[in-house]
Order: sequence, then C-alpha cells, then structure tokens
Amino acid sequence: MSTVETSVEPRVHYLNADYGLKSWLLTTDHKRIALLYLASITFMFFVGGAFAVLMRLHLIEPTGALVQPETYNKLFTMHGVIMIFFFLIPSIPAVLGNFLVPLMIGARDLAFPRINLLSWYVYVIGATFTMYAVISGGVDTGWTFYTPYSSTYANTHVMATALGVFVTGFSSILTGLNFIVTIHKMRAPGMTWFRMPLFLWAIYATSMIMILGTPVLAITIVLLALERLLHVGIFDPALGGDPLLFQHMFWFYSHPAVYIMILPGMGVVSELVTCFSRKRIFGYSFVAFSSVAIAVLSFLVWGHHMFVTGQSIYAGLVFSLLSFLVAIPSAIKVFNWTATLYKGSVSYQAPMLYAMGFIGLFTMGGLTGLFLASLATDVHLNGTYFIVAHFHYIMVGSAVMAYLGGIHFWWPKISGRLYPDGWARFAALVIFIGFNLTFFPQFMLGYLGMPRRYAFYPQEFQVLNVMSSAGASILGVGYLIPLVYLIWSMRYGPVANSNPWGAKGLEWKTASPPPTDNFEETPVVSEEAYGYATDEIQSSAAL
Amino acid sequence: MPWWFGFSIHPERASTIAAGVDHLHYFLTAITLMFTAIIFSIIFYFAVKYRRRSEEEKPPKIEGSLGLEILWTLIPTLLAAVAFVWSSSLYFLNSRPPVAALEIFVIGKQWMWQLQHPEGPREINELHVPVGRPIRLTMISQDVIHDFYVPAFRVKKDVLPGRYSSLWFQATKTGRFHFFCAQYCGAQHAGMIGWVYVMTPLDYEQWLSGGVKGESMAQAGARLFGQLGCITCHIPDGTGRGPALVALWGKPVQLQDGRTVIADEAYIRESILNPAAKIVKGYAPIMPTFQGQVSEEQILQLLAFIKSLGGEERKPAKP
Repeated sequence: MSTVETSVEPRVHYLNADYGLKSWLLTTDHKRIALLYLASITFMFFVGGAFAVLMRLHLIEPTGALVQPETYNKLFTMHGVIMIFFFLIPSIPAVLGNFLVPLMIGARDLAFPRINLLSWYVYVIGATFTMYAVISGGVDTGWTFYTPYSSTYANTHVMATALGVFVTGFSSILTGLNFIVTIHKMRAPGMTWFRMPLFLWAIYATSMIMILGTPVLAITIVLLALERLLHVGIFDPALGGDPLLFQHMFWFYSHPAVYIMILPGMGVVSELVTCFSRKRIFGYSFVAFSSVAIAVLSFLVWGHHMFVTGQSIYAGLVFSLLSFLVAIPSAIKVFNWTATLYKGSVSYQAPMLYAMGFIGLFTMGGLTGLFLASLATDVHLNGTYFIVAHFHYIMVGSAVMAYLGGIHFWWPKISGRLYPDGWARFAALVIFIGFNLTFFPQFMLGYLGMPRRYAFYPQEFQVLNVMSSAGASILGVGYLIPLVYLIWSMRYGPVANSNPWGAKGLEWKTASPPPTDNFEETPVVSEEAYGYATDEIQSSAAL
Repeated sequence: MPWWFGFSIHPERASTIAAGVDHLHYFLTAITLMFTAIIFSIIFYFAVKYRRRSEEEKPPKIEGSLGLEILWTLIPTLLAAVAFVWSSSLYFLNSRPPVAALEIFVIGKQWMWQLQHPEGPREINELHVPVGRPIRLTMISQDVIHDFYVPAFRVKKDVLPGRYSSLWFQATKTGRFHFFCAQYCGAQHAGMIGWVYVMTPLDYEQWLSGGVKGESMAQAGARLFGQLGCITCHIPDGTGRGPALVALWGKPVQLQDGRTVIADEAYIRESILNPAAKIVKGYAPIMPTFQGQVSEEQILQLLAFIKSLGGEERKPAKP
C-alpha cells in the first residue's frame, strides 16, 4: 500500500523548502499557513483554557475560593470569547481545512493563496485587539454581549474585545470564500462532487455559513459600537432602542456559528471512521446532504435561545419545531457512522479513539439539545448549568475531540513524523474521562436550578461543583499531554511514510510531508471516496 | 454542617406546573439514555466483533441501505414529533395565567429585587405569597435585562427594561424556595437571589396586615396623580383637556389615527413616558412627557391607581 520513497534524503518538502522567519510570515503555501494558524489557535486555546481552570478552582467553594465576583465575571467572559471566536471557529477549518482542502481535491494550493495569508493576518490583528482587552483589565459582558448591559452599563473593555471579534470575522469570511471557490474550481480531473471525501462536504457547508452569517455579526457589533460610543438608541430602551433586537441579531449569527464549530468535526469523523474500519462510509449521500441540511436549518433556529425573553409564544412554537428538525440530520449522521463499523476491520489507534469518543459525546450533546428545543423544559433549564453542559458536550466533547482526532490522524502528513501511539491513546482516554467528569455533573446542577455565570452560589450546589472542578483538573492534564508528545515528535518521532494508516484519499498519495506543490503531477481520480474494498492497483493509478 | 449538606439530584417540586414539566423531563431523559446506550453498545459490539485481526483483511464493500436510512430518519422524527407536541401544549397551558390571579409587581435592578404587593407592603429579595392561589407577577427592569427564576416552581421569565413581562405560578406547598436572577446582569449577578415564602392563606393575611401599615399602591398612585398634576387635565367627568381615566382599564381606546388599542400596562406606561405616540381620538397632543420624572415604581403605582378606577375584569390574558 504505502508508496516507496524514491527520492534520496534529504527530500525537499514544504517544511524545509525554505528557512527563516520571512519564509513563514510571507508564505502563500496553504500548508504553512495552516501551521501558522495551528500555532496561533493553540496559544489561544491554552489562554482560554487557563481561564477555565481558574473558574473551576474558584467554584470549589460556595462563596468563591479565589477571586472577586468582578474578576470571575471577566474570567468566564474571556474564556468564552477566546474559545469561541479565536479557537473553535477557526480550529478545524483554518488548520485542517487549510492544510487538506487542496490536498484532498488534488490541487496545488487554494484558489487565492495571498488572500489565505491575509486571512491569517486579519485573525492575528483581531486576536491582538482582544488580547489587549484581556491584558488591560478584561471584559465582563459574557461572550454574548447582551444589551443594554454591554452597550450602556458595563465599564470594562467592551469595545476592544468587540473590535477583535469584528476583525477576526473577516478572517472567517475570507477563508470561507477561498474554500468555496477552491472546491468549485480546482478539483482534479475525475474528482466529481460525489467522489469528494465527506470532510470537504462539511467544509463546504461550513464555508457557506461563514460567508452568510459572519456579516450579520459584524453589523451587530457596529450597531453595538454606535450605541456605546455615540449613544445612538438602538438596543437600550432608555435611548429609545429595543433590547431584544440585539439578541435576535446576535443569535442569527451565533446559532449558525455553533454549526461552524461542529460541522467540520463531523467531516473529520467521517474520515477517521472510514479509515480505521477500512470501509466505505455507510450511506455517503445521506451523510453529505445532512451537512447541507444542517447548514440551511441552522439559520432558522436562532429563536430557541429566546424562549424566556417574552418573545411571542407562537414564534416560540415555530422555533421549537425547527430546532427539533435540525436534530434529525444530526441523528442520521450518528447512525451512519455507527453502521460504517459493521463488518469492517476496526483498529483502535489514537485518532479512532477520538472519533469514537466524538460519536458518543455528540450523541449525548445532541440529545440533551432536545430538552432545550422543548418549550416547557427549556423554561426551567434556560440560563442554568444545563445549557453550559449541553453546549460543552457539543463544542468540547464533540468539536475539540474531532479536532484532536484530526490533528492526530494527519500529524504524520503535516510533520512527517509519528508520535507515540501509546501516549496518544492514554491522552484520549484521560480527556474522555476528564470531560465527562467535568460536564456531566453540570447537567444535574442545571436541573436542580443553579444559574450559570454565578461567582458564588447556595451551598446545596457544592457537591456537584466540586465534582466538576475535579474533572476539569483531569481534563486540563489531558490536553497538556498531546502538546508535549506532538512537539517532541517533531524532532524525535520516527519518520512517517506517505501513508502510515493505509488510508484512502489523495492527501495520502503524496509524500509526508508533501512537497510545496503538493503533487509531483496532477492526480487523476478514477474512483469514489473510501474505496477500501477496491484493489490496490486500481487506486494507485491516480499517482 | 457538613459540606455535602443538602445534596440532592432532584429539585423541589412546589407548583402546579412542576410535575408536568418533570414528566416531560423524564421522557426526554429516557430517550437520551436509551439512544446513548444503543449507540454506545453498538459501537462497542462492532469494535470488538470486527476488530482488525490481520493487516491483510479486506472488508466487504457496503454502500448503505435505503431501508435503514428511512427507518432511522423516521424513528427520531416520530419521537421529536411526540416531544414537540407534548412540550408545546404544556408550554401553552403554563403560559396562560388563570383569571383570578393575585397580582404582584416586580422591579429588577442592579443588584436587587423589589417586590410590591398591591395592598402596600414592599419587599426586598423576599416574596411572601399564599399557597394554593394563582399569583401573577408583572415585572420590569430599571436598568439591564434580569430574569426571575424560581426552580422549585419551574418558572422563569426575563425581566426587561422598558417593557413589562409577566409570569404566573400557583404554589402547592408551604415553605421557603429560592429565586434567582438567571440572566447575567453585572458584578453582583450571583447576589441577586432571594426567597419565596409560601404561607397558608391565614398566615398570609396576617403577614399582609402586620408590620408597618403603609398606603396601598393605588393610594400612592392617587397621591402621585395629584402631585404630578395629572389631575388638572384628566378630570374624572371627562371635561378636561385630557381623556378621563375612569373605568378605562382593559377597555378599547379609539385613537386619532383610527387604530384601536386596549388600555393595558404597556399602553398606559407608554402614554406616561411618550404621550405623543398614541393620541386618543378627539384630544390634542399637548401632554408633556414624564420620562425621567417618574420611577418604574411610581409608574406601577399610577397603573394601580388607574386600575382602581374600574374597568374590565382582566381576561385570561393573552400570554
């Protein structure tokens, strides 16, 4: 299966083609840009994670063990802002998507390589504004920036933070645009839409949401700025505005943004499950079109964040119905992934453990969403820790698991090195256990009625809070382990061949790490994706 | 007191709607556990049964199965439909306060709750109510968005600046239950909590008549009505420069532009703060705004006064 390395060492590839800071900061190679993103979002992940650790430590005591309430409010705000806008939204698209989209379709680069580099600089500028806000005293509005608190009452660094989010939104738009054009125009001969790996379908659907949704967030932030800086009455009733208008606009972006975070993860899992069971995906077109269905429906469910705001109960009814509908394509995906294992040849290397963890945690995250789509139970659970648990099952239990699974899967391709699989499996297990111990108690806390964003709380909630904090410390260690062995592997890991997993897909048919131009010659695709059952001779014809 | 004091996995259930909400919650929990168990066991079973035994294994090509796709689309759809109909009908039921609800007014502000009984008593972060009687809270915020949440009653509603919202409940047992602010509202958000004291009707009557005997909200409103000079134009016999407010409450009002509105809390509040917005037919737009001159509490008192002048019985309010 694995291609024989014909060239004599040292082979020239994208990592050693050029040296020096300039060769990285001015690169237009999508693979190098992916690594720039990887470094930046990893930094942001650990900053956001540090805030989470401080929060969990603080909540060990009902009176708050560590900081003043004002500081705690800043911790959860900055944790949310950094994790959502500067880690989760760019994570899989900007790192794995950037690296893989051209490789998977047999192209030399993205359609607009310089715009690709620009999008990273835009991200860095946005992140700089937000980090400035963090360092100069922080912000305490919650990542949701609800008005009129954010526009009139908060006296923290709202504008610097919001400006960072505003700017980094353009990075999403540019990346999404680049992916859409690339997937439309640059597929290798024979790479028809229905031969594309499902990761590309997911990235395509995500890109659609990015370019349609992100401008609305930008508009909302501009309006917030107009009210905060110039006192134009838009959201604050004292100035003649409507406080709920902000929530409508914010969730019109931010609910689809949840799918920006989870859809690419679903794409990654489709790649992992097929590779590690050596099977074609079960029900290719159902998995592909469910991504599109999720992307479309995601724009029609924002009102389920507002069931207790006093929104009309008839509007609530419609949003509830649509929210139930969006659960169905998600369920279809879970069943198809599971069925893919049937009669497969299943191995349990680290990426597969992450994928299986994803399926389980996503199932729980998705099903607990039903409690919140249901009007009557949402009234009780809205604004409590149940919400916190639910969206962490989706965004951390699912999206971060998929991201780590993807990083582990494509790491040999990215770095040309193998990491110690034993450590990787151990880390996956630690993360799975730590995650559940952190967030499962929060479902119970929410049902008991503990509101979120409380710097101190009544004593009856302490036991579950202590359990959650204990889990968070395990989870934190779990995230540090891969950081250590992945960095270690870059220098000391065994050299990887071009296809260590025996995977299908064009990215595995070029060397590890790939040459700057990806392929020696343009590949020709003659078979569908995941052709694990077909003969080797046929599949390597593409080279 | 040991640190695990009060640990429980089930919240107290102390209102007429709580059991209904819980039953739906159990149903959804059962679905969640069932599907999670099914998915976990199938994955586990397949992962063991089909584990890779040799590198040479060549699994069969399986494209998919339309029958299975239909099956696993239909089953979740069906369950979702059941949950949707169940939860929505329960929500509709829970959104409609009974006709004879006792009305209490709530003002949220950074970072305290002020609760005002029509008879006069005013409470801070405490709410005394009788058991077995429907209570309707009419709520407004003085600054940012707050949210009034009583877990034991399974009720919650945002408390917005600039507009009234309402919720209702009927307590089923006496005792002391937490209420929380459930919408983040700034530095002391976590401190914006209090207790609902549910009392027997007899105790409640005693509590109402005990303590400092103040004026009722309607009396306070009447006093304000004179102090603010409202009375010079809104003369009860209808001869003034403004419309008479006698027997106005809850009735339709003809406007200058041909529209008809119901004289409810929102309309009267708007007419005090922004009188030019809706001009009553036959009157000139001469009333000055009272924006900035009356507090939310005073507006509620004026509302209580106008209500006391008679009008329609409150219909089963549209939620």
